[in-house]
Amino acid sequence: MQVNEFKPLIVAFCCNWCSYAGADLAGNNRLNYPAEVKIVRVPCSCRVNPMFILRAFQKGADGVILCGCHPGDCHYTSGNYYTRRRMALLFSMLDYLGIEKERTRVEWVSAAEGAKFAATMNDFVEKVISLGENKRLEDLRCKK
Amino acid sequence: MQEIKREDLIAKAAQLLADGTVDRVIGWKKGEFDYDVTPAVFTTKEELENEFVWNDFCGANFSKYIKKEAEKSESKVMAFLKPCDTYSFNQLLTEYKFDREKVYVVGVPCNGMLDDSKIKESASGISSVTEENGKVVVDTLYDGKITLERADVLAERCANCKSKKHAAYDELLGTEGEVLDSKRFDEVEKLEKMTPDERFAFWQNELSRCIRCNACRNICPACTCEKCVFDNPASGVENKAISDSFEEKMFHIIRAFHVVGRCTDCGECSRVCPQNIPLHLLNRKFIKDINGFYGEYQAGAEVGSRAPIVDYTKEDLEPSEAVERGEENA
Ligand code: SF4
Ligand code: SF4
Ligand code: SF4
Ligand code: FES
Repeated sequence: MQVNEFKPLIVAFCCNWCSYAGADLAGNNRLNYPAEVKIVRVPCSCRVNPMFILRAFQKGADGVILCGCHPGDCHYTSGNYYTRRRMALLFSMLDYLGIEKERTRVEWVSAAEGAKFAATMNDFVEKVISLGENKRLEDLRCKK
Repeated sequence: MQEIKREDLIAKAAQLLADGTVDRVIGWKKGEFDYDVTPAVFTTKEELENEFVWNDFCGANFSKYIKKEAEKSESKVMAFLKPCDTYSFNQLLTEYKFDREKVYVVGVPCNGMLDDSKIKESASGISSVTEENGKVVVDTLYDGKITLERADVLAERCANCKSKKHAAYDELLGTEGEVLDSKRFDEVEKLEKMTPDERFAFWQNELSRCIRCNACRNICPACTCEKCVFDNPASGVENKAISDSFEEKMFHIIRAFHVVGRCTDCGECSRVCPQNIPLHLLNRKFIKDINGFYGEYQAGAEVGSRAPIVDYTKEDLEPSEAVERGEENA
């Protein structure tokens, strides 16, 4: 018998200078994290406009995670501080609209933290699987 | 009833036109009915006498009209601003949207404006709306005179007015008011206390009524972008999508997000919405969060203040904590 297992689609925005390198390191070290995580490389975490997050949900993502350098370590000095405020307000608003708060996350991952990257992704994917498919922010027009 | 009389406003405007201080006046003009007052530009005393109105339906905030008018010529334009309007005025100045020198602001005190949609709930076939002994008297075609309590038909933003004090003016008519201790966040708190499912149902119900007329964006003194994301046909959300509710949610989240730290809570968006969607509950959530996370901030209270969204401290809370804190507050 075939079991229909839910495979979520996860979009991970990773900044070029820390988190993307962290993902690379996870790969080099042969650390496992789910293939459902699709990485989008951005120059800095603050490149991520709130529209990007919603757009990802529109196009079928079940969870969206944003990774950047640790506060204080941003390649552009302060980008991630702005990210932090922006996402705090956005996530709080999504929660206010009744959208499950576990579907969005911000995590600081440095280039040396391959293990943290893999662990974060494993944990995030697990949470999203437990929530199931994204229904509250889906766009029927974008469904396959 | 308003403290200042229509005649006094006309006299002031006429005087400024006559002595050459300004050559145009932005004011309220009567529409077809007592309650559909519309913004207009007056250039002569005669026009003012014939068409200018000042009554309980002069809700329109002229700040955004000032921007358009100031672009048209080098001469000065005069505008009447209520206390809440002056916050938008300051915010536009903060964003360098027009030259302060080209505007002459006459502050008018305000006793609160009425919401015609509330009046229409209890009266149909309205032929006139007047005031007698502090009550609102509605003359109707079918049911004769209907008397309503002013408090019951007061606009939401006026019932929760944040300030009777003008944040800017060149000249003030009447007496200076005070910043008020408003209850404007009470409704937001109520929503925060609901479960996520209830909140989702609430918003689904409200937002699904949106017809994407874009009036809320067009009227907003903070929405002054030359090119708006919502006009981009490639965005997939530039228009009403009948098949789907995503477009509504996207529009409302992004519209409110784009004015974070710049929204003065002037209430124009909720006022103009033909579907009576409580847009102020979205804007105020952001304002409440900003106050709670980063310290009290009132956009437009001062020219040149720095909005918290374009600022940071090293100790700011993390997005995950923000969501939890929002819940604790509830
Ligand atoms: S004014 Fe109301 S109906 Fe029109 S777009 Fe805004 S929320 Fe929707
Ligand atoms: S979002 Fe609404 S309340 Fe805020 S400034 Fe714009 S019109 Fe005024
Ligand atoms: S919705 Fe956004 S892009 Fe459009 S006018 Fe308002 S602030 Fe500008
Ligand atoms: S470069 Fe990594 S967060 Fe700015």
